Amino acid sequence: MASKVIHAYYDDDDVLMHAVKKVKAAKHHIEEVYCPFPVHGLDKAMGLAPTRIAITSFIYGCLGLSVATVMMNYIMIQDWPQDIGGKPSFSYIENMPAFVPIMFELTVFFAAHLMVITFYLRSRLWPFKEAENPDVRTTDDHFVMEVEIHDNEDELWDLLRNTGAVEINISEKNSH
Amino acid sequence: MYTFSNRLKIGSFILMAVGALCIVTGFLSAPGTVEEAKAIVASHSDGHGESHGEEVGHVAESHGAVAHGEEHDASHDEHLLHQLQNRPWAALYVAAFFFFMIALGVLAFYALQRAAQAGWSPLLFRVMEGITAYVVPGGIVVFVILVLSVMHMNHLFVWMDADVVAHDKLLQGKSGYLNPIFFLIRAAIFLGGWILYREYSRKLSLRQDESNDNSNFKLNFKISAAFLVFYLISESMMSWDWIMSVDPHWFSTLFGWYVFASMFVSGITVIAMVTIYLKSRGYLEEVNDSHVHDLAKFMFGISIFWTYLWFSQFMLIWYANIPEEVTYFITRIEDYNLPFFGMIAMNFIFPILLLMNSDYKRINWFVILAGIVILAGHYLDIFNMIMPATVGDQWFIGIPEIGSILFFAGFFIFWVFRALTTAPLQPKRNPFIEESRHFHY
Repeated sequence: MASKVIHAYYDDDDVLMHAVKKVKAAKHHIEEVYCPFPVHGLDKAMGLAPTRIAITSFIYGCLGLSVATVMMNYIMIQDWPQDIGGKPSFSYIENMPAFVPIMFELTVFFAAHLMVITFYLRSRLWPFKEAENPDVRTTDDHFVMEVEIHDNEDELWDLLRNTGAVEINISEKNSH
Repeated sequence: MYTFSNRLKIGSFILMAVGALCIVTGFLSAPGTVEEAKAIVASHSDGHGESHGEEVGHVAESHGAVAHGEEHDASHDEHLLHQLQNRPWAALYVAAFFFFMIALGVLAFYALQRAAQAGWSPLLFRVMEGITAYVVPGGIVVFVILVLSVMHMNHLFVWMDADVVAHDKLLQGKSGYLNPIFFLIRAAIFLGGWILYREYSRKLSLRQDESNDNSNFKLNFKISAAFLVFYLISESMMSWDWIMSVDPHWFSTLFGWYVFASMFVSGITVIAMVTIYLKSRGYLEEVNDSHVHDLAKFMFGISIFWTYLWFSQFMLIWYANIPEEVTYFITRIEDYNLPFFGMIAMNFIFPILLLMNSDYKRINWFVILAGIVILAGHYLDIFNMIMPATVGDQWFIGIPEIGSILFFAGFFIFWVFRALTTAPLQPKRNPFIEESRHFHY
C-alpha cells in the first residue's frame, strides 16, 4: 500500500526536540525520526515505550548460568568423576569454586551475545540489508521527521513550517 | 541548617546506654579462671548440643601454640580460657572497627568525588562530611583498644605476647614488623593522616562557601588527590596491622583491597541511608531520585566488587590448598559455617537481585532495605575476620556482640547528626553545585 508522507528537515537537535513536542501536542502521529546521532530525550518526547532489552538480557544470563551448571555437573560429577589433583568431585557443591569462573563467563557470554542478537532481530539489522534512510543527509548533519498524511497536507505543512523546518518534502512511501 | 531531632538524639542515647550496659555485662561474665571457663563451656554445651561440643584442636595451630602432646589438655584449657576472656574484647573491637570503617569508607568516597570532580555529588558533600566527622572519635576509640592490647589487657593479638613469640620461629621472623611499638607508631601515623585530611578538607569546604574565588576548591582538589595516594597505602597496611595480624601465621596479598571493598560499600550505603533520611525530613530538597539512583548503583557495583575480591581470595587458597594458608578458611568453614556463607548471601546475592532493576534503585525504602542487609552483611564480614582468631569456636552473637553494636551505632548516630547541624546542608559556592542540582539520570 502506498501512502503519502511528509518529511520535515531540521539542522539542529534542539529545534527538532521542540518540533517533536509541538507535533505531538497537535495530536499528529510521528511515523519516524531519522537522526545522525542519538538525541537525548527524543524517545521520551516521542512517547516511545521503554525498551525491554535489559529484561531479555537477564533471562539470557540465567540461561547461561544454567547451561554452565548443568554442563559441568554432567561432565565433571556425573559422567566421569575422576580424581584430578585431589579435587573433590563427589558432588557439585564440593568442587564448585573451581567451576565459578566458567559459570560467570558463560552467564556473561549468553547475556551479552543473545541480547545483541535480540537487538539485531528486533531492529531488523543484518548484513546486505538495504539502508532505509530517506535522505543521505540524515547520516551527516540533518534530522528528518516523518509524518503520515491523511488528507491534511496543508495543515501539516503549515505546522511543520512553523516549527523551524529548513526543508519540507512530500513523497510517496511504500510501507512495509 | 539541620536541627538534630530530639527523638533521634534520645534514640541514640538509649542505644548507647543499653549498649554500654551489655558491654559491661559481657566483661563481668567473662571467666577469670580455667575452672570458670570449663563450667561456662559445660553449661553452654547442654543447651546448644553438637555445634560447640566438638573438640577442635586446630584452632590452637593458628595461635602458634607449639605445645601439643602430653600437656595438650592443660594448654587446651588455658586456650579455652583465653578465648572466653577475649570474647567481650573482640566484640568491642569488631563493632568499634566496623563503625570506624564506615566513616573511613565515606572519607575515601568523598576524596574520590573531589579528585574526580564529579558533577552529581556536590549536593551530598555535607552529608559525607557529617559522616566522616566520626573518623576522629571512632579512630581514637580503635586506637585506645589497640593501646590496651599492647598493654596486655587482652589477648586479641597473639604476637604481642612475648612468651608466645619466644617459642615461635615464624613470629620471631616477623617481629621486625609486628612489634608493639612500631605497631602503635604506624596506627598513629595512619589515623593522623586520615584525621588531618578530614579536618582540613572540611575547613576548605566551609571556607569555599564564603570566599570570592575558587582557590579553596582547587586546593581541596589537590589535597584530595594526594590523600587518595596516602589512603591506599595506609589502608592496606592498616588492614595487615589491625585485622590480618590477629592471625599472624597467615597472610594474603589482596587482603588490603578486600578490607577496602568492605569499608567502601558500607560507607556508600550509609551515605545513601543518611541522605534518604534527611530528605524524608525535608532537609535536602534539591536531592532527587537520580542522586539516590547513583548511590544505589555504587552500592550494587561495589557489592559485586567485594564479592569478586572475597572469591578471588577464597578460591586461590582453596584451589592450591597449601596447608599454611588454608587453615584460615578451614577454621571459618568448620566453626563459622553460617556466618561465613551467610555473608555471601547478604553481601552478594541479596544486593545483586534487589538492586539490579533500574526502577528499584529509585525507590527509597527499597534502597534502605538493601542497605540494612548490606551493613549487617559487612558487620558479619568483620566478625568473620576477627573472631576465629580471637575466640575460635566459642563464638556467639549474644549480649557482648549486640551490646557493642548498639553502643557504637548510638555513638555513630549521635556524632554524625551532631556534625550535620554545624553547617548548612547545601554547599553555596561549589563550582559544580548547579550541575549537581540539575543532575538527572
